[in-house]
This record gives sequence, structure tokens and C-alpha cells, in this order.
Amino acid sequence: MAKPKTNTEDYLRMYAQMVRIRTFEDNANQLYLSAKMPGLTHMYSGEEAVAVGICEALTDSDRITSTHRGHGHCVAKGAEFKAMFCELLGKAEGYCRGKGGSMHIADQSHGNLGANAIVGGSMGIATGSALRAKLLGQDDVTVCFFGDGATAQGLMYEVMNMAALWKLPVIYACENNGYSEYTKTEEIAAGSIIARAEAFGIEAHQVDGQDVLAVNELTQKLVARARKGEGPFFMELMTYRYHGHHVGDINREYYRSKSEEKDWKDNRDPIIRFRAFLVEQGIATEAEIEAMNAEIEKDAAEAVAYAEKAPYPPAHEVDMHVYAE
Amino acid sequence: MREITLSQAVNEALAEEMRRDPTVFILGEDVAEAGTPFKVLSGLVEEFGTSRVIDTPISEPGFVGMAVGAAMTGARPVVDLMFGDFIYLVMDQLCNQAAKQHYMSGGKLTVPMVLRTNLGATRRSAAQHSQSLQALVAHIPGLKVALPSSAYEAKGLMKTAIRDNNPVVIFEDKLMYQDKAPVPEEEYLIPFGVANVKREGRDITLIATSSMVQVAEKAAALLAQEGIEAEVIDPRTIVPLDEKTLLDSVKKTSRAIVIDEGHQSYGVTAEIASRLNEKAFYHLDAPVVRMGAMDVPVPFSPALEDLTVPTPEAVAAKARSLCAGEMTDAA
Ligand SMILES: Cc1ncc(C[n+]2csc(CCOP(=O)(O)OP(=O)(O)O)c2C)c(N)n1
Ligand SMILES: [Mg+2]
Repeated sequence: MAKPKTNTEDYLRMYAQMVRIRTFEDNANQLYLSAKMPGLTHMYSGEEAVAVGICEALTDSDRITSTHRGHGHCVAKGAEFKAMFCELLGKAEGYCRGKGGSMHIADQSHGNLGANAIVGGSMGIATGSALRAKLLGQDDVTVCFFGDGATAQGLMYEVMNMAALWKLPVIYACENNGYSEYTKTEEIAAGSIIARAEAFGIEAHQVDGQDVLAVNELTQKLVARARKGEGPFFMELMTYRYHGHHVGDINREYYRSKSEEKDWKDNRDPIIRFRAFLVEQGIATEAEIEAMNAEIEKDAAEAVAYAEKAPYPPAHEVDMHVYAE
Repeated sequence: MREITLSQAVNEALAEEMRRDPTVFILGEDVAEAGTPFKVLSGLVEEFGTSRVIDTPISEPGFVGMAVGAAMTGARPVVDLMFGDFIYLVMDQLCNQAAKQHYMSGGKLTVPMVLRTNLGATRRSAAQHSQSLQALVAHIPGLKVALPSSAYEAKGLMKTAIRDNNPVVIFEDKLMYQDKAPVPEEEYLIPFGVANVKREGRDITLIATSSMVQVAEKAAALLAQEGIEAEVIDPRTIVPLDEKTLLDSVKKTSRAIVIDEGHQSYGVTAEIASRLNEKAFYHLDAPVVRMGAMDVPVPFSPALEDLTVPTPEAVAAKARSLCAGEMTDAA
């Protein structure tokens, strides 16, 4: 663990945000298993410290682009449960009026430019957002989230080259969870991932993605420097997804062992680790933490109940929003 | 006859061709041990090994380009593109490279490769995993395009595709992978450019592709209850297109609806309808009508998504009004 900060409020918020993500995902998984959610979804559970550590270093005017595994980024960037669950169920009050669903939630009010169902599909968008900041003299930073699998997309190398040439305020955040669908990362990624960024002269860091303080501390520094025109930067966050690639990926022992999953859950869980740290530092008592958890669970349950009852969009909305006014 | 799923049919076609021809190999994401997310290729890596069933990184333009190169130099690659929507990523390799080599080289180079992918909405997969993009590739000279409508077609067309000396794109309907159909045990191929008359009728011709063949057949069953006899034709390949069978039918029935799951505007339905208008105009009693998916990105919400694709009821209603001689707003 990184060394303690004095601001206990920040710590407690980071803890709460991680628990909110985990709780959101548990409920989403339940909705899928009980056949209440249309389609399928990709769970972020296990990777909470990445999204929270990074987004806690950003303001609402900083932008992010997200991925198919995007609920965590969305919550961490400030989204609320009700509109998220409504979107997951295709309801009119969802963030995208039900048009996007799990893989396309965008939350403009908090600078979330959207999840993306095309692997690597947001790399151009994130870099373009940073180009706009530079051109218009705005001081916001854009963080581009993507997985280890996405490093195989050629687009990444095209935009990193331009970002480096033009010193753009973008941070590439590679969430290396060890797998790209049903394949281990080492089978699809040659050489070193951070060395690829370094080849463009981009400063790159590898960080323990299960340690929210380490992630946050590094991101704060990089964001501050990016605002001053010292970007771009690259982070490789070593993390792990607890569920299958998607919620339907249940029998997965052919590509990933149960003991490996157990080891990550038991020994490296970002929430358990941070909780122990908070108690040990005297920042919160066990009882206070339990109360926080219970509050979040209650929020989620209410939001789910609300979303289940909420109406679907009316039929006439089907051809709305194809073109902007 | 035994019945197998569309998924098993594709699997069998690939296995048979790989046994027959050692230059056939498969390239794509999670095709080996995982057998693709739809499990269509399960078991192939066990028989043919990882040198012929090759897992790639998520580098679509890269591995499609490599398939073009391998095909130009003596192999017969079958590329697995996990979702039809990813075709946008590989357009340059497919349309500028694969499609044109034979022509640009004055017939010296050939690109005998297959790109198998899928189409189809209503799976609640939202706008980037639900598209039916056959029109995009059918537009490009040099590419052949097959649209199997059942397990039987999926097997026969795949085998023909692998033996064809041109780049062939095959779109499977992802909602049909578990649908069973009678498929002979003995070997057969389905030639390209030969339409299949699924049902005979004298009043109206329903020309339908892929996922829409079932829709047309259901519409025909509805219409039959009212005494309207619809002929249902599945072109099976849209490039090459069996114009003769379509024209013969329309000359007999004098009315036609063309149904395809791609967006209606500038699509497959428009092309076929316009050929019928050009070549059977004086036999027609009604305008040829197109029915495609609504011109909107596919929405996620079930309440909206189901509105975007042609249904048997909508096809039957349109057929009814054409047969009644009502003026129709063809758009
Ligand atoms: C261009 C493209 N190719 C393939 C896919 C199918 N697909 C969805 S997620 C995924 C794996 C992504 O792995 P990674 O980037 O490591 O993210 P993770 O799922 O591990 O978070 C694949 C292959 C896709 N959505 N888009
Ligand atoms: Mg990954």
C-alpha cells in the first residue's frame, strides 16, 4: 500500500466508490441470471481500484472513454445507479434512453464519452478529445480506458504516434486483466506492452491495479503534468476480472483455473485490501464500514426495483436521434 | 434425414474441406480452444491442431490482410470475423486488396479466401453487434456474397466457398446457430448463383435472404389462410445472383416483395427490386416493394429493437395490399 494521505474523506469516498461498483455488478449479474436483463454484459468486479483510483484523480470536465466492460468506469466517473440500471434494462429513463444498453452507456454530465462495443474503438475518440483540449486551449485531460486485448488494434499505434508528436493531454490506461476473452494475454501480446508506448517516446508506468492508492497517486501526478502540456502518458494497470468474459461465460476452466481465480479474490482483492488499510489506519471502524456497505446495497436494491418498474421508451423514439437537429 | 444445427453444419463443412485439402486453414479470434463465442468451431482444433486453427490477437485488419496474402500464394484461408459489424475494420483489406487482385493483375493472381461472419438483430446486442452489412460487400466487384438461410445451405455454400477461387464473404444469421434442419450425411455442394424456390405460389413472389427467409415463409403461411398463394424464393447468394429464377417467378406472379435484414435504403432489396423493374416491368401488376431493416442504428431496448426488422405480419400485410391492387407507399 502507498503511504497514507491525510484526507480521510477522499479515502472513504474511494472505498465507497469501489463498493458501489462491486454492488452494481452483483445486482447486474443477478438481473442477468434471473433473465430480467436483455442481452448480456461484461462484469467489472475485481478491477474496481483501477477505475476508482483513476477517476478520483479527475474532475467532471476531464473526459474518459470506456469499454465493453464499462460499468466501473461509469460509476467511478460519477454516474448514478438509477439511470444506469434503467439503461441496462432498456428503459426510457436510462442514460441513453434505452438505445445504448450495457455496452454503450455514456454520461455526458460527468465527462464519460461512452462505453464502446468495438475493442479499441475509443482510442481515436479519446485522442481526439485531447486534441480538442489543446486546440481550444482548455485544460482538461482525457483518459482512454482499454484492455490488454485492445493493444492488438493498429489504431492504438496510429493515435499514440500523433499524441506523442503533438504532446496531447491524454492518458492511455491499459487494464491488463490477464485475458482477452478466453485467451491468456501472453498468447496475444508479444514483447512488453509498456515498451510499445515507450517506443513513441511516451512515458509509461506499470502499476498494481489492485491498490487503489497506488493507482490514484500515480494518476494525480500524471494528470497534473498532462494539464501542463507534458502528456501523453501510458499506464498499464495489472488487474483481474472475477467473472467470466461476459455473464454467460460460466464454464471457463478450460482457459482459467479456479485456483487462480480464488487466489486473486482471496489475496489481492482491492476492496478487502483497502478496507483493512482504513481500519488499520483508524480512518474507519469495522462497524462504520459495514454501515457504508449496507447503505450502498440499499441504494442499489432501490435503483433496481425502480428500473424494473420504469417504462420502456415509446415506439416513436425508434427513429429519433439518428441525426442531430 | 438426420437434422443438425446450423452451427454443426458449418463445423462439418469446415472439417470435411480441411480433411480434403491440406491448404485450408482457419484464422480468427478465439477460434481454437474456445471454438468461437458461438461455439461453432468446437472440436476443430482437436482434429487439426493449432497450426490450422489459429487464434489471433484482436487485430482484424492484420489477420484479414494475412489471409489475402496466404490466399495469393497458395493457401485457402477461412477467416472467422466474430461479428459482422467488425467488417468495417477490415474494409480496406477486403475491398481494396482481396477484391481487386485478380482484376488488377490481368487474371494472374487469385485470392481464394473465405470470410465467414454473421448478421442479424433482435439479440439485444445493440448498435455495434447487430448489423446486417451484406450490402456493403455486395457492392464491391470481385467479392462473392453468400447468405445461408438454414443448416442445409450453410454447409453446402461453405464447401463451395472454400473451393471457389475468389474471395467469398459468408454471413450466417447468429440467431439461427441452434436451429436444426435436415442435412444429408453424404457430401453435397450448393453451387453459387442458384436460387432455391422454397414454396410455390401464383399470386406474389417473396424474395428473401438469410434470416428473412423464415419470415417470408411464415408470411406465406399467413397469406395461404386467406387464399393468397405466395411463392418464396431464397437467392442463397446475392453475388452471383440467380436473376433468371427471380424473373421467371415474377413474370408468373406479377408482384414481388424483396426482404433482407440490411438497412432498407441503398441496400440488397433495392438492387434486386430494381433488376425486376428493369427486366420484368411489363409483367408487373404492382410496384416491387422493398422491406429491409429500418434506417436507424439498431437500438438496444427490446421495445425499440423489435420495431426495426420486418416481421411475418408486416410482410403479409404488404402482400395483401399489393394483391388487392391497393396503391402502396413503397418506401
Ligand atoms: C474490434 C473487435 N474485435 C473483437 C471483439 C470481440 N471482443 C469483445 S471483448 C474482447 C476481448 C477484449 O479483451 P480486453 O481488451 O483485454 O478487455 P477485457 O474484456 O479483458 O476487459 C473481444 C475479442 C470486439 N468487440 N471488437
Ligand atoms: Mg483483458
